[in-house]
Amino acid sequence: MTVTPLGIPRRLLEFTIDGEPVRAPEGSTVLDACRAAGKDVPTLCEGDTLRPKNACRVCVVEVEGSRTLVPACSRRAEPGMEVRTDSERARHSRKIVLELLASSVDLSTTPQVAEWIKAYEAKPDRFGPDAARLDEEPKVDNALYVRDYDKCILCYKCVDACGDQWQNTFAISVSGRGFDARIAVEHDAPLTDSACVYCGNCVEVCPTGALSFRSEFDMRAAGTWDESAQTETTTVCAYCGVGCSLTLHVQDNEIVKVTSPHDNPVTHGNLCIKGRFGYQHVQNRD
Amino acid sequence: MDLHFGDSKPTDDERAAVDALLGPPESSWEGADRSDADLRWARGGREARERRDLLLPGLHAINDRVGWISEGALDHLCRRLTVPPAEAYGVATFYAMFSVKPRPATVLHVCTDLACAAAGASGLCARIEARLGPGSGASVERSPCLGLCERAPAALAIKAGEPVRTAVSAPATVEAAVLAASAPDSAPEEPPAAMAVPQAGQDGLVLLRRVGVADPESLDDYRAHGGYTALRRAFALGPAGVIREVTDSGLVGRGGAAFPTGRKWQATASQPDHPHYLVCNADESEPGTFKDRVLMEGDPYALVEAMTIAGYATGAHQGYLYLRGEYPRALRRLEHAITQARARGFLGDDVLGQGYAFDIEIRRGAGAYICGEETALFNSIEGHRGEPRSKPPFPVEKGLFGKPTVENNVETLVNVLPILTMGAQAYAAIGTGRSTGPKLFCVSGSVDRPGIYELPFGATLGELLDMAGVRDRLRGVLLGGAAGGFVRPDERDIPLTFEGTREAGTTLGSGVVMAFDDTVPLPRLLLRIAEFFRDESCGQCVPCRVGTVRQEEALHRIVERTGAAAADDIALLREVGRAMRDASICGLGQTAWNAVESAIDRLGAYE
Repeated sequence: MTVTPLGIPRRLLEFTIDGEPVRAPEGSTVLDACRAAGKDVPTLCEGDTLRPKNACRVCVVEVEGSRTLVPACSRRAEPGMEVRTDSERARHSRKIVLELLASSVDLSTTPQVAEWIKAYEAKPDRFGPDAARLDEEPKVDNALYVRDYDKCILCYKCVDACGDQWQNTFAISVSGRGFDARIAVEHDAPLTDSACVYCGNCVEVCPTGALSFRSEFDMRAAGTWDESAQTETTTVCAYCGVGCSLTLHVQDNEIVKVTSPHDNPVTHGNLCIKGRFGYQHVQNRD
Repeated sequence: MDLHFGDSKPTDDERAAVDALLGPPESSWEGADRSDADLRWARGGREARERRDLLLPGLHAINDRVGWISEGALDHLCRRLTVPPAEAYGVATFYAMFSVKPRPATVLHVCTDLACAAAGASGLCARIEARLGPGSGASVERSPCLGLCERAPAALAIKAGEPVRTAVSAPATVEAAVLAASAPDSAPEEPPAAMAVPQAGQDGLVLLRRVGVADPESLDDYRAHGGYTALRRAFALGPAGVIREVTDSGLVGRGGAAFPTGRKWQATASQPDHPHYLVCNADESEPGTFKDRVLMEGDPYALVEAMTIAGYATGAHQGYLYLRGEYPRALRRLEHAITQARARGFLGDDVLGQGYAFDIEIRRGAGAYICGEETALFNSIEGHRGEPRSKPPFPVEKGLFGKPTVENNVETLVNVLPILTMGAQAYAAIGTGRSTGPKLFCVSGSVDRPGIYELPFGATLGELLDMAGVRDRLRGVLLGGAAGGFVRPDERDIPLTFEGTREAGTTLGSGVVMAFDDTVPLPRLLLRIAEFFRDESCGQCVPCRVGTVRQEEALHRIVERTGAAAADDIALLREVGRAMRDASICGLGQTAWNAVESAIDRLGAYE
């Protein structure tokens, strides 16, 4: 029999979002409440399986009485709060954040960002042609995944997934400081010389496509990557007895990448090298 | 944690440096040769990881001995402390004073920040670089403010070895700086700290009364000049009584944020979670600030006593003194003072026989302005990258090592001594109603007598500038450092209080008062400020990481322009500045545009 733990009953907090009264369970974030109320608050560094890092600042909202804007993803809801998600002040900061990112990072594979840039009337070009960019070349140093740090917004999600929040491998960290900060393994070595175990859980959480399957990277380079032609099939990994859920992304009858549902109560989207990358035997037709 | 290490091995020197700090390794799990016994057990878990906070001291030990941190040395340190090499690499590359690439054993840091720039630092630096080229055994690095503004331009030489040697050259000439870099031992001794205090020895001083009067090396002399009477009074009052006195005195933090000290102490003392920690923030890095250095060099025992009182009041038994890495003399003085105090029973298991245990550990910063932010400082002590945490939770609830922590600036703590010796009422009678007590001001730039001045709150800017002998052709005065704001030369009537500066639309900050005449073009100074923030941004949040870069680029474009030619970029600066102020995680990004904005609006920098 399956028993679903209900947990301790949680008190409902009453506060307002954009002037409308809302109720949210104790412990929820402002972002949770905004989403429940149907408010569209953009997020980049927020991850459904990770603790909020609030590094990107694109989710900022205005809270009455707060000197600065507040990151919705990490601020806990409090009773009596007056939250404004769409004030001129919040919109201005979001617009500038989008401009700063788009003028320095390649956001071409970041979902939704093009819509936000339009919605907030952001103009990344206005910093001029000489505006500093990351200017990183893709690091293709192994057969399984590619690190294209020209697309990295430094959201820390890969570091958190590799570290104490999920994988406990600690193969990567942020190195350097300020605009020169980059995700790197020790001594900025190739991945093959690092502690990486190729679980691909960093690829799973990357919001911008900076980390991608080698198969996806090669197909994009060849111009054959076509998400509209892909099907997604969720199945169970056959390697061991844990039974992790796999979602196979198939294009032209070939598996092109593997993800895992984040709402799986056991694995939360995490896999090991076998489930993530060990699918070639399935399509071995000789 | 299953750590992965490469094949690089440490040199004997590197191994010795780490072992001198940590002691010899106990087993092969910590890097010793493998024995049969090591095959039958595994060192791991919490016990193996609990020394993570020794990562920064370990990196210092290697850098002090060799001058840079090699792969083998970093791996060895990681093995000793059970720290993942990737994380340690992230920490080592965070700090400006460390290098993970080979470099000469001697590094000469030449300050090119505001006060030194106004004193001709860029030309000086170029001439020094011409003399100390490749093969000279020294590398020259352009440095942010070294906290020696009263003797601008300044240079600090650090020569790795056993022991590490340092020499300060200020005011620096090419000859003196080259001598300091090539032979730190034979460089002339620095003038005493009291030379930075034009009022030294005058009657009526409160915070500076012992500077230049009592021997900073001698505990007996400190006691002969009233030392340790405040601690005795604290023991007589009890912890709650001390907090009441501090609250009644109206003391607010002197580091820049002006938070009421008594309230902070009360909030920490009342936390049920234990242990409590006391942290003294001596990471004085705001350009133009050098008051804490002068206090620590000139009256080190006062800080030791004040920390003991703060620890007693808030229920802490361990105090950390996070000292700026660029302050070698303050480090020596405080190490000596703490050793003396410990030997004489003023620190230790039973302070003054009162049954209260308290000790102080010094932790050196390694060149990161951001570590002056209170939560970044905790991360730095804990052996992580010095990135600010998001608040709430606040330090009084979850601070250092996740425990209730009270963190105070050096000057704030030293104010506690007169509060207890004079009594809260008498102390509160100094200054104005809302800004009580004496205040230290760091005056530098275009003045005849730069240095630290102690004045009661309420003196005006003009009075202070006259005391320091301000020179003619004043173009502007920067209050509060790079995070502060410029005011016009005619705004002499601004009262130097927290409320007075706020009403005038500027800030007191950490007490910086830098006077600039018209010899250095204002746009150049603004560009230097922007460069400072771009360099010192930790990189965590987008508004600050990219915003400081865009700010510098725009200021670069308009450095020679005025009027309509600069208008578009000024409009852009305003928009980016507003987002940095509103959406950055911490005070660094929030204030990175302040000085530039004030120079545009108040001084008409581009008109």
